[in-house]
Amino acid sequence: MENKALLMQGNEACVRGALYAGMKFYSGYPITPSTEIAELSAEYLPTVGGTFIQMEDEIAGIAAAIGASIAGKKSMTATSGPGFTLKQENLGYAVMAEIPLVIVDVQRGGPSTGLPTQSAQGDVMQAKWGTHGDSAIIALSPNSVTETFYLTVRAFNLAEKYRTPVILLTDEVIGHAREKIFLPEAGEIETFDRLGPLEDRPYIPYGVEEGDIVPRFAPFGTGHRYNITGLFHNEQGFPSNSQENAQIMLQRIHDKLNGEDIIDFESLYCDDAEYVFLSYGSTSRSAIAAVNQLRKEGYKVGLFRPITIWPSPEKQIKELASRVGEICVAEMNLGQYFLEVQRLACGDTKVSHMGRANGDILVPEEFVARAKEYFNER
Amino acid sequence: MKRLEFSFSGTGGQGVILLGVIMAETAINEGLNALQSQCYGPEARGGASRCEVIISDEEIYFPKVQNPNYVLCLSQAAANKYAVNLKEEAVLILDDRIELNAEPGTSNIYYLPILDTARNEIGKEITANIVSLGILQEITKLFSKEAMITSVLHRVPKGTEAINTAAIEAGVQLVKQWHEKKS
Repeated sequence: MENKALLMQGNEACVRGALYAGMKFYSGYPITPSTEIAELSAEYLPTVGGTFIQMEDEIAGIAAAIGASIAGKKSMTATSGPGFTLKQENLGYAVMAEIPLVIVDVQRGGPSTGLPTQSAQGDVMQAKWGTHGDSAIIALSPNSVTETFYLTVRAFNLAEKYRTPVILLTDEVIGHAREKIFLPEAGEIETFDRLGPLEDRPYIPYGVEEGDIVPRFAPFGTGHRYNITGLFHNEQGFPSNSQENAQIMLQRIHDKLNGEDIIDFESLYCDDAEYVFLSYGSTSRSAIAAVNQLRKEGYKVGLFRPITIWPSPEKQIKELASRVGEICVAEMNLGQYFLEVQRLACGDTKVSHMGRANGDILVPEEFVARAKEYFNER
Repeated sequence: MKRLEFSFSGTGGQGVILLGVIMAETAINEGLNALQSQCYGPEARGGASRCEVIISDEEIYFPKVQNPNYVLCLSQAAANKYAVNLKEEAVLILDDRIELNAEPGTSNIYYLPILDTARNEIGKEITANIVSLGILQEITKLFSKEAMITSVLHRVPKGTEAINTAAIEAGVQLVKQWHEKKS
Protein backbone atom coordinates (compact mmCIF):
# COMPACT_ATOMS: atom_id res chain seq x y z
CA MET A 1 0.00 0.00 0.00
CA GLU A 2 1.28 3.45 -0.82
CA ASN A 3 1.85 5.80 2.09
CA LYS A 4 0.42 9.27 2.16
CA ALA A 5 2.26 11.95 0.21
CA LEU A 6 3.66 14.66 2.45
CA LEU A 7 5.05 18.10 1.69
CA MET A 8 8.38 18.25 3.48
CA GLN A 9 11.46 20.45 3.61
CA GLY A 10 14.86 18.93 2.81
CA ASN A 11 16.22 19.68 6.27
CA GLU A 12 13.23 17.98 7.87
CA ALA A 13 13.70 14.94 5.62
CA CYS A 14 17.25 14.75 6.96
CA VAL A 15 16.00 14.64 10.55
CA ARG A 16 13.27 12.10 9.68
CA GLY A 17 15.88 9.95 7.94
CA ALA A 18 18.20 10.18 10.94
CA LEU A 19 15.42 9.11 13.29
CA TYR A 20 14.46 6.27 10.93
CA ALA A 21 18.09 5.10 11.04
CA GLY A 22 18.05 5.18 14.84
CA MET A 23 19.59 8.53 15.75
CA LYS A 24 19.48 8.97 19.52
CA PHE A 25 21.75 11.97 19.94
CA TYR A 26 22.21 15.34 18.29
CA SER A 27 24.55 18.07 19.36
CA GLY A 28 25.42 21.16 17.40
CA TYR A 29 25.36 24.87 17.02
CA PRO A 30 22.71 26.33 14.72
CA ILE A 31 23.70 28.07 11.51
CA THR A 32 21.77 29.09 8.39
CA PRO A 33 20.81 27.22 6.21
CA SER A 34 21.05 24.14 8.44
CA THR A 35 19.15 25.45 11.48
CA GLU A 36 15.93 23.49 10.87
CA ILE A 37 17.93 20.28 11.38
CA ALA A 38 18.82 21.38 14.92
CA GLU A 39 15.31 22.70 15.63
CA LEU A 40 13.57 19.53 14.52
CA SER A 41 16.08 17.25 16.23
CA ALA A 42 15.34 19.19 19.43
CA GLU A 43 11.64 18.64 18.87
CA TYR A 44 11.67 14.97 17.86
CA LEU A 45 14.57 13.38 19.78
CA PRO A 46 12.91 13.55 23.22
CA THR A 47 9.90 11.70 21.79
CA VAL A 48 12.08 8.66 20.97
CA GLY A 49 14.09 8.67 24.20
CA GLY A 50 16.94 10.55 22.58
CA THR A 51 18.90 13.61 23.62
CA PHE A 52 19.47 16.98 21.99
CA ILE A 53 22.10 19.41 23.22
CA GLN A 54 22.85 22.82 21.84
CA MET A 55 26.55 23.28 22.48
CA GLU A 56 28.55 26.48 22.90
CA ASP A 57 30.02 26.27 19.40
CA GLU A 58 30.51 24.01 16.39
CA ILE A 59 33.65 22.39 17.77
CA ALA A 60 31.84 21.29 20.91
CA GLY A 61 28.92 20.23 18.69
CA ILE A 62 30.91 17.54 16.93
CA ALA A 63 32.90 16.66 20.05
CA ALA A 64 29.77 15.84 22.04
CA ALA A 65 28.38 13.82 19.12
CA ILE A 66 31.60 11.78 19.04
CA GLY A 67 31.30 11.22 22.77
CA ALA A 68 27.71 10.03 22.47
CA SER A 69 28.67 7.67 19.67
CA ILE A 70 31.43 6.22 21.84
CA ALA A 71 28.72 5.57 24.41
CA GLY A 72 26.86 3.58 21.74
CA LYS A 73 24.30 6.13 20.53
CA LYS A 74 23.84 6.89 16.85
CA SER A 75 24.79 10.56 16.65
CA MET A 76 24.55 13.44 14.25
CA THR A 77 25.62 17.07 14.01
CA ALA A 78 24.70 19.57 11.28
CA THR A 79 26.20 22.82 10.14
CA SER A 80 27.07 24.97 7.15
CA GLY A 81 30.39 26.20 5.68
CA PRO A 82 31.84 28.26 8.55
CA GLY A 83 30.86 25.62 11.10
CA PHE A 84 32.09 22.81 8.88
CA THR A 85 35.53 24.41 8.94
CA LEU A 86 35.50 24.44 12.74
CA LYS A 87 34.55 20.77 12.88
CA GLN A 88 37.47 19.56 10.77
CA GLU A 89 39.89 18.69 13.56
CA ASN A 90 37.39 16.53 15.39
CA LEU A 91 36.28 15.02 12.10
CA GLY A 92 39.85 13.73 11.76
CA TYR A 93 39.67 12.40 15.30
CA ALA A 94 36.58 10.39 14.39
CA VAL A 95 38.37 9.04 11.30
CA MET A 96 41.41 8.03 13.34
CA ALA A 97 39.52 6.60 16.32
CA GLU A 98 36.97 4.99 13.94
CA ILE A 99 33.88 6.53 15.53
CA PRO A 100 30.58 6.22 13.60
CA LEU A 101 29.08 9.66 13.12
CA VAL A 102 26.98 11.64 10.63
CA ILE A 103 27.96 15.23 9.85
CA VAL A 104 25.57 17.27 7.71
CA ASP A 105 26.87 20.29 5.80
CA VAL A 106 24.07 22.31 4.20
CA GLN A 107 26.31 24.34 1.93
CA ARG A 108 25.99 28.11 1.54
CA GLY A 109 28.10 30.69 -0.26
CA GLY A 110 31.63 31.20 1.05
CA PRO A 111 34.54 31.66 1.85
CA SER A 112 34.07 32.81 5.44
CA THR A 113 30.53 33.82 6.45
CA GLY A 114 29.90 34.44 2.72
CA LEU A 115 26.28 34.33 1.58
CA PRO A 116 24.34 32.90 4.54
CA THR A 117 20.99 32.47 2.79
CA GLN A 118 22.15 31.38 -0.65
CA SER A 119 23.32 28.15 -2.10
CA ALA A 120 26.75 26.87 -3.09
CA GLN A 121 28.73 23.69 -3.60
CA GLY A 122 32.02 25.13 -2.43
CA ASP A 123 32.72 22.63 0.36
CA VAL A 124 33.29 19.63 -1.91
CA MET A 125 37.06 19.63 -1.54
CA GLN A 126 36.85 20.59 2.12
CA ALA A 127 34.73 17.49 2.70
CA LYS A 128 37.52 15.40 1.19
CA TRP A 129 40.65 17.18 2.41
CA GLY A 130 39.49 19.55 5.17
CA THR A 131 41.00 17.61 8.04
CA HIS A 132 44.75 17.14 8.23
CA GLY A 133 46.72 13.98 7.56
CA ASP A 134 45.97 11.25 5.04
CA SER A 135 42.34 11.08 5.93
CA ALA A 136 39.70 8.90 4.28
CA ILE A 137 36.07 9.93 4.17
CA ILE A 138 32.63 9.11 2.79
CA ALA A 139 30.48 12.01 1.52
CA LEU A 140 26.99 11.68 0.03
CA SER A 141 25.19 14.35 -2.00
CA PRO A 142 21.37 14.32 -2.33
CA ASN A 143 19.50 16.17 -5.10
CA SER A 144 15.96 16.08 -3.70
CA VAL A 145 13.99 16.03 -0.48
CA THR A 146 13.23 12.33 -0.91
CA GLU A 147 16.87 11.51 -1.57
CA THR A 148 17.87 13.53 1.50
CA PHE A 149 15.78 11.15 3.59
CA TYR A 150 17.24 8.00 2.04
CA LEU A 151 20.83 9.25 2.00
CA THR A 152 20.63 10.21 5.66
CA VAL A 153 19.56 6.66 6.49
CA ARG A 154 22.40 5.43 4.29
CA ALA A 155 24.88 7.80 5.94
CA PHE A 156 24.07 6.25 9.32
CA ASN A 157 24.26 2.72 7.89
CA LEU A 158 27.66 3.32 6.31
CA ALA A 159 28.94 5.07 9.45
CA GLU A 160 27.95 2.08 11.56
CA LYS A 161 29.16 -0.57 9.13
CA TYR A 162 32.54 1.00 8.41
CA ARG A 163 33.06 2.76 11.76
CA THR A 164 33.68 6.07 10.11
CA PRO A 165 32.30 9.59 10.03
CA VAL A 166 30.04 10.10 7.00
CA ILE A 167 29.33 13.55 5.58
CA LEU A 168 25.94 14.39 4.11
CA LEU A 169 26.87 17.20 1.75
CA THR A 170 23.68 18.96 0.82
CA ASP A 171 23.03 22.60 -0.09
CA GLU A 172 20.66 25.49 0.62
CA VAL A 173 18.40 24.75 -2.37
CA ILE A 174 17.76 21.14 -1.34
CA GLY A 175 17.80 21.90 2.40
CA HIS A 176 15.11 24.55 2.16
CA ALA A 177 12.93 23.31 -0.70
CA ARG A 178 9.68 21.65 0.21
CA GLU A 179 8.69 18.73 -2.02
CA LYS A 180 6.53 15.67 -2.14
CA ILE A 181 7.81 12.70 -0.19
CA PHE A 182 6.45 9.26 0.72
CA LEU A 183 8.05 8.14 3.96
CA PRO A 184 8.75 4.41 4.25
CA GLU A 185 7.19 2.34 7.02
CA ALA A 186 9.39 1.17 9.90
CA GLY A 187 11.35 -1.88 8.75
CA GLU A 188 10.76 -1.16 5.07
CA ILE A 189 14.37 -0.19 4.44
CA GLU A 190 17.40 -1.71 6.09
CA THR A 191 19.10 -0.04 9.03
CA PHE A 192 22.46 -1.23 10.25
CA ASP A 193 23.83 -1.27 13.80
CA ARG A 194 27.56 -1.50 14.51
CA LEU A 195 28.72 -4.96 15.56
CA GLY A 196 29.40 -5.50 19.25
CA PRO A 197 32.12 -7.65 20.87
CA LEU A 198 32.03 -11.45 20.50
CA GLU A 199 31.27 -13.10 23.79
CA ASP A 200 33.44 -16.21 23.39
CA ARG A 201 36.79 -14.41 23.39
CA PRO A 202 38.59 -11.47 24.99
CA TYR A 203 37.68 -8.08 23.53
CA ILE A 204 40.47 -6.47 21.51
CA PRO A 205 39.23 -2.88 20.92
CA TYR A 206 41.10 -2.25 17.67
CA GLY A 207 41.67 -5.82 16.50
CA VAL A 208 39.77 -6.93 13.39
CA GLU A 209 38.18 -10.36 13.71
CA GLU A 210 38.52 -12.70 10.77
CA GLY A 211 35.78 -12.03 8.26
CA ASP A 212 35.09 -8.55 9.67
CA ILE A 213 35.85 -5.24 7.97
CA VAL A 214 36.42 -3.13 11.08
CA PRO A 215 37.04 -3.63 14.80
CA ARG A 216 33.98 -4.50 16.85
CA PHE A 217 32.62 -1.71 18.98
CA ALA A 218 32.09 -1.99 22.72
CA PRO A 219 30.23 1.14 23.83
CA PHE A 220 31.76 2.88 26.82
CA GLY A 221 29.80 2.06 29.90
CA THR A 222 29.07 -1.56 28.98
CA GLY A 223 31.87 -3.12 31.02
CA HIS A 224 34.81 -3.06 28.64
CA ARG A 225 37.61 -0.77 29.71
CA TYR A 226 39.78 0.49 26.91
CA ASN A 227 41.52 3.56 25.55
CA ILE A 228 40.48 5.71 22.59
CA THR A 229 42.95 8.21 21.16
CA GLY A 230 43.64 10.32 18.10
CA LEU A 231 47.24 9.10 18.20
CA PHE A 232 48.19 6.09 16.15
CA HIS A 233 47.33 3.23 18.42
CA ASN A 234 47.83 -0.49 18.82
CA GLU A 235 45.08 -3.10 18.90
CA GLN A 236 44.47 -2.35 22.57
CA GLY A 237 43.81 1.29 21.72
CA PHE A 238 46.94 2.63 23.44
CA PRO A 239 49.23 5.12 21.69
CA SER A 240 51.91 3.54 19.54
CA ASN A 241 54.89 5.18 17.88
CA SER A 242 55.59 2.10 15.78
CA GLN A 243 55.97 3.18 12.17
CA GLU A 244 55.12 -0.29 10.99
CA ASN A 245 51.87 -0.15 12.96
CA ALA A 246 51.09 3.38 11.67
CA GLN A 247 51.44 2.24 8.08
CA ILE A 248 49.23 -0.82 8.54
CA MET A 249 46.62 1.10 10.52
CA LEU A 250 46.24 4.00 8.10
CA GLN A 251 46.18 1.63 5.14
CA ARG A 252 43.36 -0.31 6.80
CA ILE A 253 41.39 2.92 7.40
CA HIS A 254 41.75 3.71 3.70
CA ASP A 255 41.12 0.19 2.41
CA LYS A 256 37.88 -0.26 4.36
CA LEU A 257 36.33 2.47 2.21
CA ASN A 258 36.86 0.38 -0.93
CA GLY A 259 33.60 -1.42 -0.06
CA GLU A 260 31.55 -2.00 -3.22
CA ASP A 261 28.35 -0.88 -1.49
CA ILE A 262 29.74 2.60 -0.78
CA ILE A 263 29.72 3.91 -4.35
CA ASP A 264 26.34 5.11 -5.62
CA PHE A 265 25.54 7.10 -8.76
CA GLU A 266 22.85 7.86 -11.34
CA SER A 267 23.53 7.51 -15.03
CA LEU A 268 20.99 9.15 -17.35
CA TYR A 269 21.25 8.43 -21.10
CA CYS A 270 25.01 7.85 -20.74
CA ASP A 271 25.02 4.60 -22.76
CA ASP A 272 25.07 6.25 -26.18
CA ALA A 273 25.94 9.82 -25.15
CA GLU A 274 28.61 11.80 -26.93
CA TYR A 275 28.47 14.74 -24.55
CA VAL A 276 28.04 14.14 -20.84
CA PHE A 277 27.29 16.53 -18.01
CA LEU A 278 28.65 15.49 -14.66
CA SER A 279 26.75 17.14 -11.86
CA TYR A 280 25.59 16.46 -8.30
CA GLY A 281 23.28 17.90 -5.64
CA SER A 282 20.84 20.65 -6.58
CA THR A 283 22.76 21.57 -9.75
CA SER A 284 21.99 18.14 -11.19
CA ARG A 285 18.30 19.07 -11.20
CA SER A 286 18.98 21.70 -13.84
CA ALA A 287 21.13 19.19 -15.72
CA ILE A 288 18.33 16.59 -15.80
CA ALA A 289 15.85 19.18 -17.12
CA ALA A 290 18.33 20.19 -19.85
CA VAL A 291 19.30 16.63 -20.82
CA ASN A 292 15.65 15.61 -21.16
CA GLN A 293 15.02 18.59 -23.42
CA LEU A 294 18.16 18.01 -25.52
CA ARG A 295 17.28 14.33 -25.98
CA LYS A 296 13.85 15.34 -27.31
CA GLU A 297 15.67 17.50 -29.84
CA GLY A 298 17.85 14.54 -30.83
CA TYR A 299 21.13 15.47 -29.19
CA LYS A 300 23.14 12.57 -27.77
CA VAL A 301 23.73 13.97 -24.31
CA GLY A 302 23.78 12.31 -20.93
CA LEU A 303 24.11 13.05 -17.24
CA PHE A 304 26.36 11.25 -14.81
CA ARG A 305 25.50 12.10 -11.21
CA PRO A 306 27.76 10.94 -8.38
CA ILE A 307 25.54 10.32 -5.35
CA THR A 308 28.52 9.12 -3.33
CA ILE A 309 30.88 11.95 -4.15
CA TRP A 310 33.69 10.70 -1.86
CA PRO A 311 35.13 8.22 -2.53
CA SER A 312 34.43 9.23 -6.13
CA PRO A 313 32.95 6.68 -8.56
CA GLU A 314 36.41 6.22 -10.14
CA LYS A 315 35.67 3.16 -12.22
CA GLN A 316 32.53 4.67 -13.78
CA ILE A 317 34.07 8.08 -14.50
CA LYS A 318 37.15 6.47 -16.09
CA GLU A 319 34.93 4.29 -18.24
CA LEU A 320 32.89 7.32 -19.35
CA ALA A 321 36.06 9.25 -20.17
CA SER A 322 37.23 6.39 -22.38
CA ARG A 323 34.27 6.72 -24.76
CA VAL A 324 32.59 10.16 -24.70
CA GLY A 325 33.58 13.30 -26.62
CA GLU A 326 33.50 15.62 -23.64
CA ILE A 327 32.57 15.66 -19.98
CA CYS A 328 31.30 18.99 -18.69
CA VAL A 329 31.44 19.24 -14.90
CA ALA A 330 28.68 21.58 -13.68
CA GLU A 331 28.74 22.73 -10.08
CA MET A 332 28.04 25.78 -7.92
CA ASN A 333 31.70 26.66 -7.40
CA LEU A 334 34.62 27.81 -9.49
CA GLY A 335 36.01 24.32 -10.20
CA GLN A 336 36.32 21.67 -7.48
CA TYR A 337 34.93 18.28 -8.50
CA PHE A 338 36.17 19.35 -11.93
CA LEU A 339 39.69 18.63 -10.66
CA GLU A 340 38.72 15.11 -9.58
CA VAL A 341 37.11 14.37 -12.94
CA GLN A 342 40.16 15.75 -14.77
CA ARG A 343 42.35 13.47 -12.68
CA LEU A 344 40.24 10.45 -13.52
CA ALA A 345 39.84 11.28 -17.21
CA CYS A 346 43.60 11.63 -17.36
CA GLY A 347 43.61 13.04 -20.88
CA ASP A 348 41.27 10.37 -22.29
CA THR A 349 38.66 13.00 -23.10
CA LYS A 350 38.19 16.73 -22.81
CA VAL A 351 36.92 17.79 -19.39
CA SER A 352 35.32 21.23 -19.25
CA HIS A 353 33.76 23.18 -16.43
CA MET A 354 30.61 25.23 -15.97
CA GLY A 355 30.28 26.90 -12.61
CA ARG A 356 29.25 29.90 -10.63
CA ALA A 357 29.67 30.98 -7.02
CA ASN A 358 27.28 33.92 -6.52
CA GLY A 359 24.50 31.98 -4.81
CA ASP A 360 22.52 31.36 -8.01
CA ILE A 361 21.83 27.84 -9.21
CA LEU A 362 22.87 27.08 -12.82
CA VAL A 363 19.77 27.11 -15.03
CA PRO A 364 18.78 24.50 -17.67
CA GLU A 365 19.22 27.03 -20.51
CA GLU A 366 22.93 27.27 -19.71
CA PHE A 367 23.31 23.51 -20.01
CA VAL A 368 21.39 23.45 -23.28
CA ALA A 369 23.51 26.25 -24.74
CA ARG A 370 26.73 24.57 -23.65
CA ALA A 371 25.81 21.22 -25.22
CA LYS A 372 24.63 22.83 -28.48
CA GLU A 373 27.89 24.72 -28.72
CA TYR A 374 29.72 21.38 -28.60
CA PHE A 375 27.57 19.78 -31.30
CA ASN A 376 27.74 22.87 -33.55
CA GLU A 377 31.51 23.08 -33.40
CA ARG A 378 32.11 19.39 -33.88
CA MET B 1 -1.12 19.65 -16.65
CA LYS B 2 2.04 21.47 -17.64
CA ARG B 3 4.40 23.10 -15.20
CA LEU B 4 2.87 26.17 -13.56
CA GLU B 5 5.02 28.67 -11.70
CA PHE B 6 3.80 30.95 -8.92
CA SER B 7 5.47 33.91 -7.24
CA PHE B 8 4.00 35.23 -3.99
CA SER B 9 5.56 38.28 -2.42
CA GLY B 10 4.91 40.73 0.36
CA THR B 11 6.44 42.18 3.48
CA GLY B 12 8.09 39.86 5.98
CA GLY B 13 5.31 38.80 8.39
CA GLN B 14 2.45 38.86 5.88
CA GLY B 15 2.54 35.08 5.62
CA VAL B 16 3.48 34.65 1.98
CA ILE B 17 5.62 31.59 2.84
CA LEU B 18 2.65 29.89 4.51
CA LEU B 19 0.56 30.84 1.50
CA GLY B 20 3.01 28.97 -0.73
CA VAL B 21 3.26 26.01 1.60
CA ILE B 22 -0.54 25.58 1.62
CA MET B 23 -0.71 25.96 -2.16
CA ALA B 24 1.96 23.27 -2.62
CA GLU B 25 0.37 21.02 -0.05
CA THR B 26 -3.03 21.26 -1.72
CA ALA B 27 -1.44 20.26 -5.03
CA ILE B 28 0.19 17.24 -3.43
CA ASN B 29 -3.03 16.21 -1.72
CA GLU B 30 -4.65 16.33 -5.18
CA GLY B 31 -2.04 13.92 -6.56
CA LEU B 32 0.13 16.49 -8.33
CA ASN B 33 3.80 17.30 -7.82
CA ALA B 34 4.79 20.53 -6.14
CA LEU B 35 7.90 22.32 -4.99
CA GLN B 36 7.95 25.34 -2.68
CA SER B 37 10.95 27.50 -1.92
CA GLN B 38 11.65 31.01 -0.76
CA CYS B 39 14.01 33.90 -1.23
CA TYR B 40 14.85 35.15 2.17
CA GLY B 41 17.62 36.90 3.98
CA PRO B 42 18.24 40.21 5.65
CA GLU B 43 16.04 41.82 2.97
CA ALA B 44 13.10 39.59 3.91
CA ARG B 45 12.75 41.14 7.35
CA GLY B 46 10.73 44.26 6.71
CA GLY B 47 11.60 44.37 3.02
CA ALA B 48 10.20 42.29 0.18
CA SER B 49 10.01 38.55 0.82
CA ARG B 50 9.14 36.09 -1.88
CA CYS B 51 7.86 32.55 -1.93
CA GLU B 52 7.95 30.38 -5.04
CA VAL B 53 5.74 27.43 -5.89
CA ILE B 54 5.95 25.10 -8.87
CA ILE B 55 3.05 22.72 -9.60
CA SER B 56 3.05 20.05 -12.30
CA ASP B 57 1.70 16.60 -13.02
CA GLU B 58 5.18 15.68 -14.26
CA GLU B 59 8.45 15.44 -12.33
CA ILE B 60 9.73 18.87 -11.29
CA TYR B 61 13.46 19.03 -12.01
CA PHE B 62 14.62 22.63 -12.13
CA PRO B 63 13.65 23.85 -8.64
CA LYS B 64 13.39 27.61 -9.21
CA VAL B 65 10.75 29.91 -10.69
CA GLN B 66 12.01 31.74 -13.78
CA ASN B 67 8.89 32.89 -15.65
CA PRO B 68 5.92 32.80 -13.28
CA ASN B 69 2.43 32.17 -14.63
CA TYR B 70 0.83 33.76 -11.56
CA VAL B 71 2.32 36.63 -9.57
CA LEU B 72 0.72 37.91 -6.38
CA CYS B 73 2.06 40.98 -4.55
CA LEU B 74 0.81 42.20 -1.19
CA SER B 75 3.07 45.20 -0.70
CA GLN B 76 4.42 48.10 -2.72
CA ALA B 77 8.05 47.05 -2.13
CA ALA B 78 7.24 43.52 -3.32
CA ALA B 79 5.52 44.83 -6.46
CA ASN B 80 8.43 47.13 -7.24
CA LYS B 81 10.75 44.13 -7.18
CA TYR B 82 8.65 41.27 -8.49
CA ALA B 83 5.86 42.74 -10.69
CA VAL B 84 8.31 43.47 -13.50
CA ASN B 85 9.55 41.63 -16.60
CA LEU B 86 6.64 39.20 -16.52
CA LYS B 87 5.68 37.18 -19.55
CA GLU B 88 2.77 38.40 -21.62
CA GLU B 89 0.36 35.66 -20.55
CA ALA B 90 1.22 35.96 -16.86
CA VAL B 91 -1.57 36.81 -14.43
CA LEU B 92 -0.69 39.58 -11.96
CA ILE B 93 -2.69 39.91 -8.74
CA LEU B 94 -2.12 43.08 -6.74
CA ASP B 95 -3.48 44.53 -3.55
CA ASP B 96 -5.42 47.56 -4.74
CA ARG B 97 -3.27 50.01 -2.79
CA ILE B 98 -0.26 49.16 -4.93
CA GLU B 99 0.76 51.52 -7.72
CA LEU B 100 2.85 50.05 -10.47
CA ASN B 101 5.95 52.14 -11.03
CA ALA B 102 7.09 50.16 -14.04
CA GLU B 103 5.54 48.29 -16.94
CA PRO B 104 4.86 44.75 -15.62
CA GLY B 105 5.00 43.04 -19.03
CA THR B 106 1.46 41.67 -18.81
CA SER B 107 -1.96 43.28 -19.08
CA ASN B 108 -3.76 40.51 -17.15
CA ILE B 109 -3.95 42.39 -13.88
CA TYR B 110 -6.33 42.03 -10.96
CA TYR B 111 -6.44 44.93 -8.47
CA LEU B 112 -8.21 43.55 -5.42
CA PRO B 113 -8.73 44.98 -1.91
CA ILE B 114 -6.92 42.06 -0.28
CA LEU B 115 -5.57 43.77 2.83
CA ASP B 116 -8.76 45.81 3.38
CA THR B 117 -10.90 42.68 3.14
CA ALA B 118 -8.68 40.83 5.63
CA ARG B 119 -8.68 43.74 8.05
CA ASN B 120 -12.25 44.98 7.80
CA GLU B 121 -14.34 42.06 6.61
CA ILE B 122 -12.52 39.17 8.34
CA GLY B 123 -11.29 41.36 11.16
CA LYS B 124 -7.65 40.25 11.08
CA GLU B 125 -5.07 41.62 8.69
CA ILE B 126 -2.94 38.47 9.09
CA THR B 127 -5.58 36.55 7.13
CA ALA B 128 -4.53 38.39 3.93
CA ASN B 129 -2.57 35.31 2.88
CA ILE B 130 -5.63 33.08 3.27
CA VAL B 131 -7.83 35.59 1.40
CA SER B 132 -5.17 35.34 -1.30
CA LEU B 133 -5.56 31.56 -1.42
CA GLY B 134 -9.27 32.02 -2.09
CA ILE B 135 -8.37 34.45 -4.89
CA LEU B 136 -5.88 32.02 -6.42
CA GLN B 137 -8.40 29.20 -6.17
CA GLU B 138 -11.06 31.20 -8.03
CA ILE B 139 -8.67 32.46 -10.71
CA THR B 140 -6.73 29.26 -11.39
CA LYS B 141 -9.50 26.72 -10.69
CA LEU B 142 -6.66 24.28 -10.08
CA PHE B 143 -8.37 22.56 -7.18
CA SER B 144 -11.81 22.45 -5.66
CA LYS B 145 -12.57 25.04 -3.00
CA GLU B 146 -13.10 22.19 -0.54
CA ALA B 147 -9.60 20.83 -1.20
CA MET B 148 -8.15 24.28 -0.56
CA ILE B 149 -10.13 24.71 2.68
CA THR B 150 -9.05 21.27 3.90
CA SER B 151 -5.37 22.09 3.52
CA VAL B 152 -5.78 25.55 5.03
CA LEU B 153 -7.43 24.07 8.12
CA HIS B 154 -4.62 21.52 8.37
CA ARG B 155 -2.05 24.33 8.70
CA VAL B 156 -3.74 27.04 10.79
CA PRO B 157 -4.04 27.11 14.61
CA LYS B 158 -6.96 25.34 16.26
CA GLY B 159 -9.82 27.70 17.00
CA THR B 160 -9.25 29.79 13.86
CA GLU B 161 -11.13 27.47 11.48
CA ALA B 162 -14.14 29.77 11.10
CA ILE B 163 -12.26 32.95 10.22
CA ASN B 164 -9.91 31.12 7.86
CA THR B 165 -12.79 29.48 6.03
CA ALA B 166 -14.43 32.91 5.82
CA ALA B 167 -11.16 34.34 4.47
CA ILE B 168 -11.12 31.80 1.63
CA GLU B 169 -14.73 32.60 0.79
CA ALA B 170 -13.98 36.32 0.84
CA GLY B 171 -11.13 35.78 -1.61
CA VAL B 172 -13.37 33.84 -3.97
CA GLN B 173 -15.95 36.64 -3.80
CA LEU B 174 -13.36 39.34 -4.57
CA VAL B 175 -12.58 37.64 -7.87
CA LYS B 176 -16.25 37.13 -8.71
CA GLN B 177 -16.98 40.81 -8.03
CA TRP B 178 -13.99 41.84 -10.15
CA HIS B 179 -15.28 39.79 -13.07
CA GLU B 180 -18.79 41.22 -12.67
CA LYS B 181 -17.42 44.77 -12.68
CA LYS B 182 -15.42 44.00 -15.82
CA SER B 183 -18.29 42.49 -17.78
